[in-house]
Amino acid sequence: MNWENIEEGAIITHDIKKSPHTGDWRYMKPQVDKKSCIGCGQCFSFCPEACIDYDSERKADIDYEICKGCGVCATVCPQHAIKMAKNT
Amino acid sequence: MMNNSKKIALTGGAAAAEALKQINPDVMPVYPITPQTPIVETFAKFVADGEAATEMIEVESEHSAMSAAVGASAAGARTMTASSSQGILLMAEILPIAFGTRLPILMLVSARAISAPINIHGDHQDVMFVRDSGWIQIFSENAQEVYDNTFIALRLAEKVRLPAMVIMDGFQTSHSVENLEILENSVVKNFVGEYQSKNNLLDFENPKSFGPVSLPNSYFEFKRAQIEAMKEAETEYKNICHEYGKISGRNYDYFESYKLDDAEKAIVVAGSTAGTAKMAVDELREQGEKVGLLKIKLFRPFPYDKIAEALKNVKNIAVFDRTVSFGSKPPIYSEVVECLYMIRDTKYIIQPYIYGLGGREIFKEDIKKIFQENWDGKETKYIGLK
Repeated sequence: MNWENIEEGAIITHDIKKSPHTGDWRYMKPQVDKKSCIGCGQCFSFCPEACIDYDSERKADIDYEICKGCGVCATVCPQHAIKMAKNT
Repeated sequence: MMNNSKKIALTGGAAAAEALKQINPDVMPVYPITPQTPIVETFAKFVADGEAATEMIEVESEHSAMSAAVGASAAGARTMTASSSQGILLMAEILPIAFGTRLPILMLVSARAISAPINIHGDHQDVMFVRDSGWIQIFSENAQEVYDNTFIALRLAEKVRLPAMVIMDGFQTSHSVENLEILENSVVKNFVGEYQSKNNLLDFENPKSFGPVSLPNSYFEFKRAQIEAMKEAETEYKNICHEYGKISGRNYDYFESYKLDDAEKAIVVAGSTAGTAKMAVDELREQGEKVGLLKIKLFRPFPYDKIAEALKNVKNIAVFDRTVSFGSKPPIYSEVVECLYMIRDTKYIIQPYIYGLGGREIFKEDIKKIFQENWDGKETKYIGLK
């Protein structure tokens, strides 16, 4: 790198294929007890990575490629249907 | 081409708004301040009447106006704003961000004094305050130049991806009605073209990060690349002026030389006072005095070599600044000294004058008297000071 070939405007272009996912470094992993889940959507709206969606039965469904394991979903779940366990 | 242009009478502010209407920008975040108002109120009416399709964002301060402009421009929108005085100073934090991120935002400036004491009238202290912010700065003498410079600055900004200010004198130009020639809409459309951003924050297929941190191992290199961008702007300015001359019949250069060829004494001045000074030069020429004038147009980037070339045969030069650089010499004076310092075999007398602060009048007779004065270049002198 020198000044003549540095990114114009310090604007950095990303290659999506090479970009790491937050799920790669997760330590704790949330697990949804689909029987207890009432589909209220609290976890959905609190998730900082926006990686929770409903499945076909309107139960919380987590995208583990993106989930970083912060545990906010487990804390806000009124049914205590989400439990944090060590990522294996 | 000239047959299609139309002559009308407008204030400088309305002339800028007319140019903006013909450009039809995508986004215009604004906050009101005197004497920028005629620009924005005229343009807001065009938008309200459906004559321009611009998204006007009425924000809560100039800091927000410039921040919104940065956001809009990063999202790929052709973005404009307008301000004056304290407004520009409040924008000051964001101005170098627009520059460093290479966003071609266009700002119409109605130059005004800065506080304290508070004063709403014209001088150049606001634009000079931000002269190192990395923005291209072009001074306009009258409503016609405001109109023309708006197109030239936009093309230049988008060509080199740098933000630009078109500067008119607060009140003297922004609120005074003058005749000017305006171009046909189709001619303007063809000249400014459709804006294509190089980097676009909303291009989801090609994700980009704007505004990253740069540590000691790369910051210096980014700054060096920005210096180069300004150099490119100087070269491109001439090309764009040439192209504009072909469609408008009005040929502009880096500056205007007025009766300078055989001049023994000349003044250097920017903005509306150049008009008054030309009348003074004309009358003194009639009496046989060899006097001339150089009017600053492109102030950033400053065309050192070209101005040195234009002034090299004039040994007595007075530089008029409408700004104080406290504890230092006035800014245009300093630049002219730098230009002539490069010519080592001639001794020049360069006299700094400060005039017109806070809207103080300067008349033709004042300028004629200045030409009669003895210039020794030692101390800064003041025009019209009580």
